[in-house]
Amino acid sequence: MRRQRRRMLKTVGGLGAVGLLPLRVGDAGAAAATPDLPGFDTRSIDEVIAALGAGRPMDSAEIRITAPPVAEDGRTVSIGVASGLPGTDRIVLLVEKNPVKVVASYTLPDGTAPAIQTRVKMNETSNVYAVVRAGGEFYVARREVRVIVGGCGL
Amino acid sequence: MSGPTRIRASVKDGVTEVRMLMSHPMESGLRKGPSGERVPMHYIDEITVRHNERVVLAASFGPSVSTNPYLAFSFAGGAPGDEITVSWRDTGGDSRSDSTRIS
Repeated sequence: MRRQRRRMLKTVGGLGAVGLLPLRVGDAGAAAATPDLPGFDTRSIDEVIAALGAGRPMDSAEIRITAPPVAEDGRTVSIGVASGLPGTDRIVLLVEKNPVKVVASYTLPDGTAPAIQTRVKMNETSNVYAVVRAGGEFYVARREVRVIVGGCGL
Repeated sequence: MSGPTRIRASVKDGVTEVRMLMSHPMESGLRKGPSGERVPMHYIDEITVRHNERVVLAASFGPSVSTNPYLAFSFAGGAPGDEITVSWRDTGGDSRSDSTRIS
């Protein structure tokens, strides 16, 4: 079991090297603790968010996450994020209890509405986070989504 | 090989709504196949959407995006007949670009 976990960690660690997301999912902090597993999110959600360059974002009620309260199938959960914050130019979606917490990062040029809809994998019941950059500041909102059948290894 | 991205784009009251469904397995590298072997990691990691030549959305995906990624958003402007192009690249070095006209 432990062996298997190591293997999994290595695989995910590789993501950092591929340069996944321009988010630097695997640098400094995690790498120092586990040198061969730079990308694996053994870190807390706060640490992952900080590693996005977002520091400690402020909670904002202006960010709306839409999701089913209960998702039957964790392989495909519809999630929407809409920001009411002026100057929103980036949205990052995260799932706290997934092996790779950062789901996607969206860059929104002028003229594009600060709202996206997508479908994500969820391993188990978890908080979904939306980090938003608006006017150069970072904000965050979260919402719990209950998952009946997990995205099984994703 | 991946099939074409299905794209719908329609303009109403000066706002163009774009919806797309990309065709991709989005393998995280964690899933096991029928024989118990791990299926290698293979997922779309970058996508760009253009209205004519102008970028209206750029995104980076990780492996937690669902198989056959769905994405919807909207932007100000656009007219019937304008071109919407969705381009993606995956971790295996494959890429593709598909277009549609705004209706």
